[in-house]
Amino acid sequence: MSTALTNTSAPTETGWQRFQRDRTPVIALWFLVGVAALCFSSPLLTALHLLPDYKAQDLALGPVAPCAAHWLGTDLLGRDLLARLLQGGMISISVGLIATTVALFVGVIYGVVAAEIGGRFEDLAMRVVDIVSTLPLTLIVILCTVVFGQNIWMIFLAVGGVSWLTMARIVCTKTRSLKNRQFVEAAVALGQSRTGIVLRHYLPNLSGTIAVYATLTVPGVMLLEAFVSFLGLGVKSPMTSWGMMIKEGSDVMEQCPWLLFIPSVVFAGTLLSLSYLGDGLRDAFDPRTAKK
Amino acid sequence: MFIYVLKRLAEMIPVLLVVVVATFFLAHAVPGGPFDKERPMPAEVKKQVEAYYGLDQPLHVQLGNYIGNLAHGSLGPSMKYPGWTVNQIIGARIPVSVILGSLSLLIAILVGIPIGVIAASRPNTWMDRLPMGLALIGICVPSFVFGPLLALVFSLQLGWFPPCGWGSVSHLVLPSLALGLITAAPLARLTRGELMEVYTLDYVRTARAKGVSPTRVRFVHALRNGILPVVTYLGPAAAALVSGSFVVESLFDVPGVGRLFVTAIINRDVPVILGTTLLYAVALLCLNLVADLAKAALDPRTARDRR
Repeated sequence: MSTALTNTSAPTETGWQRFQRDRTPVIALWFLVGVAALCFSSPLLTALHLLPDYKAQDLALGPVAPCAAHWLGTDLLGRDLLARLLQGGMISISVGLIATTVALFVGVIYGVVAAEIGGRFEDLAMRVVDIVSTLPLTLIVILCTVVFGQNIWMIFLAVGGVSWLTMARIVCTKTRSLKNRQFVEAAVALGQSRTGIVLRHYLPNLSGTIAVYATLTVPGVMLLEAFVSFLGLGVKSPMTSWGMMIKEGSDVMEQCPWLLFIPSVVFAGTLLSLSYLGDGLRDAFDPRTAKK
Repeated sequence: MFIYVLKRLAEMIPVLLVVVVATFFLAHAVPGGPFDKERPMPAEVKKQVEAYYGLDQPLHVQLGNYIGNLAHGSLGPSMKYPGWTVNQIIGARIPVSVILGSLSLLIAILVGIPIGVIAASRPNTWMDRLPMGLALIGICVPSFVFGPLLALVFSLQLGWFPPCGWGSVSHLVLPSLALGLITAAPLARLTRGELMEVYTLDYVRTARAKGVSPTRVRFVHALRNGILPVVTYLGPAAAALVSGSFVVESLFDVPGVGRLFVTAIINRDVPVILGTTLLYAVALLCLNLVADLAKAALDPRTARDRR
């Protein structure tokens, strides 16, 4: 078990250098950066007349398949799909970023601290997670919408509220199993402080699980956003998001297949790169798998 | 062990109480009531109906009455379906959601975990990339796309199974596949990630060196150590499955609890909201307890603190 600390790579090589050695995660990273840059620059592109306005309707035109004038086709109201895809990407990427940030900071810290303190505190902390995950999210979102008005921030609040829960639970379990390992006992015996043990022993050993679960959180919350918006509580038409576009596309998948197909491919491509990135980071920064 | 289970069961009571109280106030704080219709009810009628359900009393009295009834096992009358108690409404739907949920859970475990084990045994080859690509499709494709696709292929094109409805074994196939395969995908990814780490540990090398067959090393020696986060993930996932999925139940027209819950929120049928929330809470707490016991059995190091 104590192999966890033996470093198998060259001592001068940093995790970042190891990351760059493998091509797939690097391509994935550049793809993600490209998609995000394109999505967030879409208001600028529209202002420069390089891209049609995402809310400009053309009812006479209606839905057309991809062509020269509309590279990705148009939706039922004749709105340009590419423009809508980029605008929706801004919402979906933000939702994913918020969820990952909350899961990484709140979820991981909550789980590690609960397990490290242990005993009754840990029991109480896990029961709090139980309570929060049981409360009906839909009711809370409706209530917040009533109090604060229909607002895009409601989505971020809802997503932030739920994305840390399972992460906290998983991190807590894994930490508890690390806690009784010999290398942790050795660190305690050598007088390592509690913070030091958390930072130098728990977090590096948790990194793999955290990376995999974080990449699993993102698709979940992007679809949660679609559900909340579907109830009429989140993103307001004419604005859209990838989840909503897939939802709307699935209603007309036999008549206008591109309305389902194109957003799904972009969504899946983004998530695919994200999981390759997650795996790559894990392999690079986990000292045990670093040698491969 | 026995005392630990008793302690955990006793802990459930305050947790459930907090959930009931919080949901009660949430449900009452949300504007709109069960008797709001497009044409408003005459004021006198509304007053009588509200008096019948005790809605004219102060909130804390209503809450007290509700908890009092709950202690006797009664969830109260439904406000949207007159003449039915919430116990009857939920009771009729529990078997549906539990059967569908358990079957989906079984599919998820039997498909997800072996795929993860196989993928981790040959990292970065086609035996890893292909199943993980499929799993990723399972994660990205939402149930509201996957469900109709299944119905389109296996029901409308091939005609093997009925597209929707409930009542026979063949009705179970498509909804349980839709739910099960979507849950299998994250299980496969979690299993692969954990096993990649476990395969590098000394004891796995020892087991191989002494001649244990590779299959046995993977599924018996390594899986036992790598399955902890998977089991943790399975607790809430199983609770979500057995308490019903709104989307899948709506798509396949299954009379389960998930649909009841969302309809109740839209109808502001407070007793049904409370009843279904309570059901989900009990399922979550019990299944988390089962997951914790399973983890303690699999890995004694997690059982109790030694420090």
